[in-house]
Amino acid sequence: MAILEVNNVHLSFGGLQVLHDVSFSVNSGEIYAIIGPNGAGKTSILNCLGGFYHQQKGQIDFNGIDISHLTPDRRASLGLARTFQNIALFRGMTVLDNIKLGSHAHLKTGLLDAALYWGRAHREEMELREEIEKDIIDFLEIEHIRKQPVSTLAYGLQKRVELARALAMQPKILLMDEPVAGMNAEETEDMVRFILDIQEERDLTIIIIEHDMRMIMDISDRIMVLNFGQKIAEGNPQEVQQHPEVLKAYLGTDKRGQS
Amino acid sequence: MDFFLLLLTSGIAVGGIYALIALGFVLIYKATSIINFATGEFMMIGAYIFYSCSVLLGLPAIPSFIVVMAGAGLLGLLVEKTILRHMLGQPTISIVMVTIGLSSIMMGLAEMIWSSDYKSFPALFPRAPIIVGDLIIRSNLFWGFVVAMGTVGIFALIFKYAKVGVAMRATAGDQLAAFSMGINVRSMFTLAWIFGSIAASIGGLIIGNIGGVQPNLGSIGLKIFPVVILGGLDSIGGAVLGGFIVGIIENLAGGYLDPLVGGGVKNVAPFVILVLILMVRPYGLFGRKEIERL
Repeated sequence: MAILEVNNVHLSFGGLQVLHDVSFSVNSGEIYAIIGPNGAGKTSILNCLGGFYHQQKGQIDFNGIDISHLTPDRRASLGLARTFQNIALFRGMTVLDNIKLGSHAHLKTGLLDAALYWGRAHREEMELREEIEKDIIDFLEIEHIRKQPVSTLAYGLQKRVELARALAMQPKILLMDEPVAGMNAEETEDMVRFILDIQEERDLTIIIIEHDMRMIMDISDRIMVLNFGQKIAEGNPQEVQQHPEVLKAYLGTDKRGQS
Repeated sequence: MDFFLLLLTSGIAVGGIYALIALGFVLIYKATSIINFATGEFMMIGAYIFYSCSVLLGLPAIPSFIVVMAGAGLLGLLVEKTILRHMLGQPTISIVMVTIGLSSIMMGLAEMIWSSDYKSFPALFPRAPIIVGDLIIRSNLFWGFVVAMGTVGIFALIFKYAKVGVAMRATAGDQLAAFSMGINVRSMFTLAWIFGSIAASIGGLIIGNIGGVQPNLGSIGLKIFPVVILGGLDSIGGAVLGGFIVGIIENLAGGYLDPLVGGGVKNVAPFVILVLILMVRPYGLFGRKEIERL
């Protein structure tokens, strides 16, 4: 069953065509990867999904609802969470505070909240906090650093905290922009393990952008290949690896990606 | 020694009031990156609202105070929604010009409504000076300090514990991430202006209670620039400390140097600090260093 359907999306900035007639659908519970050379439009797609860019044409349906015109915060409340290529943590805050902010998505943060805070919302938050502490922090093995300010943490750990914060939003779809970029082999391995566990245990749909081909081929259920803003192939890892267009456009004559 | 302590205590008291006004400025800057040159005028309007309620309408102090907060909040809301909302994405210099224009408009409006005559408040606090040992502190200054610190404390609590406060901190930290956390970033901008305006108006009220109200009451708002430059434009703790430092230096300079040169040092000292700080640490003592991403 498709949880996300993207139909004929066009995006351009001035005269620059960034996405051209891109369509795809993501099934509930799968790991769907988007790959392509630099500048192919991968991050632009994530930004369209997240609501930071607005496509000129085309429609994005999430759980059967057209979300094309919603603001990013509304989409987040509906269940779209995201991690960023350049880590976007709240640097002055502790790990725990960052994660707690993730759970804000469920609680309304409007102008009247201050007044209502000490009633029901307060209890709600206490319960939520407990759940988050137990669940996500244990799950991602960041118990030991939860009181530390994020700016003091190593890169790999920051990425993990960002993932924890996204999970605290209890999303239906998790968008991950290059989750292992810049990581060493060990950190990458950890992250892969977490991603697979998340999919399995949390019944989450994951859309992932990544340059690490080995990793993508290992974990993805399906892969879409973009080149110059156009979709050139889609399928499971074997199909994509053997697709002539992909070999030509993305992997070139170098067979590294097939190992 | 007594003279020193006297200057020190009045410096601390004035510094606390500066801290509150600087807080109003920093709140807006932190959330929206807008430098609000109309901060002083928000103070002035707050003082005039209080004057209108207590003198013209004859309301008691507490209801007048509540009207000031409500009025200031509404003013902040209006300014953000009708003017600055539409300036999003414009160059900084344009936005700065808008806030400077806004300050002129507010000053003009105040003159039209309340005339440019000097107005004084009824006595808000017990008149008896506060005496601690050998020290005598003017009651208006003392109570002004208490109210200012109380307000700063309440804001600090909101930012530390309340959900909106944390959401505002998140917005200030990283707008993109805040958005994707489901935080309504635009309403956080509005809220920053409401809070900023309320903080400034309470500051104005205290200043008005000490020295009376005139349309140019806001000129004292200029003093917040040394304060916030000292503390860092985006640091609330820095704004408070900066307030104290400027208040104390100002008073010490006034007390010791003014008699030697025939006056004026008190008013100049904060700006001398401003220049020195800018030369040594352009981002302030506690401000965030902007690091270019390669």
